[in-house]
Amino acid sequence: MIEIRGVSKVYDGSRPALDGLTLDVRAGEALAVLGPSGSGKSTLLNLVAGLDKPSAGSVTVDGVRVDELAEAALARYRRARIGMVFQFFNLLDDLTVLDNVLLPAQLARTARGEARSRAAELLERLGIAGHARAFPGRLSGGERQRVAVARALMNRPPLLLADEPTGALDTASAADVQELLTGLNADGQTMLLVTHDTALATACATRTIELVDGRIAGSTTPRGLDPGGGGAPAGTGLQAPEGSRPELGGVPSRDGHPGSQGFRHGSGTGGRAGR
Amino acid sequence: MSALGKVVRAGVGRRRVQTVVTVLTTMMAVTASVLAAGLIVESSGPFDRAFARQHGAHLAVRFDGAKATPAQLAATARVRGVTAAAGPGRVFSLRPRPEGAPEGADIPPLTVAERAAAGGSVDVLDVTQGRWAAAAGEMVAAANTPFRVGDTLAFPDAPGRPRLTVVGKARSVGRTADAWVAPAQAAALVPPGTAPAYQMLYRFAAADTDAQVAADRAAVTAAVPPGSVTAAGSYRTARHLVTRESAVYVPFVVAFGVLGLCMSVLVISVVVSGAVGSATRRIGILKSLGFTPAQVVRAYVAQAVIPAAVGTILGTVCGNLLAIPALHHEGDAFDTGTDATVPLWIDIAVPAAALAVVAVTALVPALRAGRLRAIEATVLGRAPRAGRGRAVRRLLGRLPLPRPVSMGLATPFAHPARSAGMVAGVVLGTVGITFGLGLGLSLDRIDAGLERRSPGAVEAHTMGRPEPGAPPKAADPDAVARAIAAQPGTRRYVRITRSEVGVAGLSGSVAVSAYSGDASWASYEMISGRWFTGPGEAVVPSGFLKTTGTRLGDTVTLTNGARHVTLRLVGEALDLSDEGRSVLTDARSLTALGLRTDTPMTRFAIDLAPGTDARSYADGLDRVLRPIGGGAEPDEQESSPVVIAMDSLIGMLTLLLAAVAGLGVLNAIVLDTRERVHDLGVLKALGMSPRQTVAMVITSVAGIGLVAGAIGVPLGVAVHSAVLPSMGDAAGTRMPSSVLAVYDAPLVAPLLLGGVAIAVLGALLPAGWAARTRTATALRTE
Repeated sequence: MIEIRGVSKVYDGSRPALDGLTLDVRAGEALAVLGPSGSGKSTLLNLVAGLDKPSAGSVTVDGVRVDELAEAALARYRRARIGMVFQFFNLLDDLTVLDNVLLPAQLARTARGEARSRAAELLERLGIAGHARAFPGRLSGGERQRVAVARALMNRPPLLLADEPTGALDTASAADVQELLTGLNADGQTMLLVTHDTALATACATRTIELVDGRIAGSTTPRGLDPGGGGAPAGTGLQAPEGSRPELGGVPSRDGHPGSQGFRHGSGTGGRAGR
Repeated sequence: MSALGKVVRAGVGRRRVQTVVTVLTTMMAVTASVLAAGLIVESSGPFDRAFARQHGAHLAVRFDGAKATPAQLAATARVRGVTAAAGPGRVFSLRPRPEGAPEGADIPPLTVAERAAAGGSVDVLDVTQGRWAAAAGEMVAAANTPFRVGDTLAFPDAPGRPRLTVVGKARSVGRTADAWVAPAQAAALVPPGTAPAYQMLYRFAAADTDAQVAADRAAVTAAVPPGSVTAAGSYRTARHLVTRESAVYVPFVVAFGVLGLCMSVLVISVVVSGAVGSATRRIGILKSLGFTPAQVVRAYVAQAVIPAAVGTILGTVCGNLLAIPALHHEGDAFDTGTDATVPLWIDIAVPAAALAVVAVTALVPALRAGRLRAIEATVLGRAPRAGRGRAVRRLLGRLPLPRPVSMGLATPFAHPARSAGMVAGVVLGTVGITFGLGLGLSLDRIDAGLERRSPGAVEAHTMGRPEPGAPPKAADPDAVARAIAAQPGTRRYVRITRSEVGVAGLSGSVAVSAYSGDASWASYEMISGRWFTGPGEAVVPSGFLKTTGTRLGDTVTLTNGARHVTLRLVGEALDLSDEGRSVLTDARSLTALGLRTDTPMTRFAIDLAPGTDARSYADGLDRVLRPIGGGAEPDEQESSPVVIAMDSLIGMLTLLLAAVAGLGVLNAIVLDTRERVHDLGVLKALGMSPRQTVAMVITSVAGIGLVAGAIGVPLGVAVHSAVLPSMGDAAGTRMPSSVLAVYDAPLVAPLLLGGVAIAVLGALLPAGWAARTRTATALRTE
């Protein structure tokens, strides 16, 4: 799914944020990138998301050379192939929850009925349908991040990118989001997580790497999976075949269908982690 | 540099767009204001200074010597209110004929006054060439007459048919006479057995207005036997004549000045409010570092005043430069050696007032910044309050529009005050464009209307250029008419003869143009009524109606000595020649006056058959007419230099106003983009393409442009309707409806979109910036 070859990134002639990085992420895999501040985690995420260009090397996602795309093509790439979840949610405060979730489909000019049906389904499955007409400012941090996840999955992206998805949440909300992401991956959603949170990495990721000074300093498979195989262990029913598009972006429902795990509603217990 | 100075310098340098907008808007406002003030004050400045230096006569009164004695007239110097007087001196109306000119080629009568010397207590003349007339046979001509020193003029109507030689030229600022002669010559000009007319010149304690001068005249009239006063000329007539041209500029320049000042206040208010609003956190940091509220206020006022000062200096220079062509005429009129210029006190007062307006405008948001508590300031984000415009956003979101478009349309509602400011700015720009465009069209129509004085494509004269070495001679008008009729390409023609006649109840003479032949096609541009259709009817300009106090339908009596005819006024024509004192009529109307309508000063307006080349026709006719003394030339319609100068000025001020309006939009969008840069980053991360980003930003101002157009166009039309008649008043005419009614549908429709054009042009640049904003950077912006 992701092929990174000899990627370096230098800002203004200073020390490289990434230094000759080579990395592969297979479909269905959940890769967590750990590392201290300034290690190059966010730079890596930005390069994969097409938000930034490498100084050297290549970035290929789902067969697309991201580093060679022009702005308009990058926009199309971001609409179709990736979904992004941010530490501070990055919801548009002026739009309702429903409108926020609909936004990627509207930008992609998806048919109105189809988009609304997809949004309703996502909101229902993520347990925030009751807040569809609310504005993000009225939700708890966990609920906001659920909205952000719903928005990220709206266009059924093959790759979900998450930048410190629990970084702005209290413990309960963080656990809620962690459970959500784990379920998504279990249903076959390929993910790239950037986090400081080792607990999140351990729970969600099929593989973790640690970046130090822009290089991979180490790699583990916290859930005991084959780092090259991707997906959940055989027999769990969660593994998606390589290249497949998980149904509903792999969102597990409250009743465990099609995933096996139920999810706690973001009921506000997580408090309000405002920006 | 102090800490405060560094903060100010950094603010000015960092906000380049706002700095440029402030510079340009104040420049535009100050340019128009300096020009308007300069025109108002200095249009009459050279006249007033020269008049004061000459102790000019406020009133020159002509008396009938048969009804009042010289002693009685001399006693009027003691009439209450008179501060100085000169006279009585004999005065004559004499029609001269230049030496060598054929009989009948007389020029209009001259007022010739008796005067022993150029000096005196009133109307101290400047001898500009030659010397003063000391003996019989000599005369001094007024500076504005075409005669040269050494010319000899014959006066065939005066006793003894004298020939006077011009020995000098002199200037009377108040134009009390056209020529002066020594007492010895004056005595010889009086017909034997008749009492001469006398002239007295007066200065009064109060003569600043027409009403005061009229009261002064009444006081003098009351002091002499009834019927003694035959005419009186006020210095204000001469003053109006020389200030008229620049006075026409004043109404529209003032209108642009007011629009510019409103724009300045608006733009500066938005700029400083925006600077305060977008730097709330910075203000908090400054305060937490120890800046006092007063220092913060000073810092933000200075950030507006510094670029405004630059704009003010540039505007003052531009205003002075633009005043040169507008005031050129005034300087020339008095041979001051230099053109009239904007007075220094205006160059100081107007910029000072503009800067004061800027400072006060900036003070309001700056005080808000000063009052912000440090903790509030550091905690407040830059994004607009989330609650604003949600309902509209939701409503628009339901419309079947592309999402970037519906989001753009909703954007103005997130910042109602800023959007209102933007609407007001674009309204002012639209008003400027509507008004400026309409004014330009009106001026073109006035120019075309004035050209109707020469209705044909070719004009023929009975006095053409003489053959080389041949003496000047005049062609027989009938022979010229026959030649025109015989010339291939002639469609129709009319003969126009100009004479001077008296009008009952009016002092002095008026010019009368007598039309012979088919005059139906030679109509002037009519203001009201219609063109004359036969004898007994007359068409007159607005100035005539005003001077005589008549209206269409009234009758006027034209006199030529003891003869008179009565004509009915059927039309009011657009005509500024002869100070508006002229009459246009069928030649048969004047038969009873005994005027010569076949004088050598006859012209023929010729309308050509379709497809006839005017130049070839005129050359051919000229070849036929020159041997008999006449001539012909194409009547080339050239725009008046005044109209060209006004068109240029209007075009420049309109463009400047529209540009400032566009820059105001640009400034507001830049502020908006800065505040929403994080949201833009989110949208781009979600897949908003550069084109969609541009579309969103552009549509965010399209509604504003539409609303502004809908408000600005009617306002612009209203300003046009108010200003144009004022310009007409200054020029001495009413305006034809065709000149006022320039706003037809094909013009209004694009004008309505003018607001959108200003807004979109202003938003294009920041839209491009928004589209190019790096998503990763935008996402990091909080």
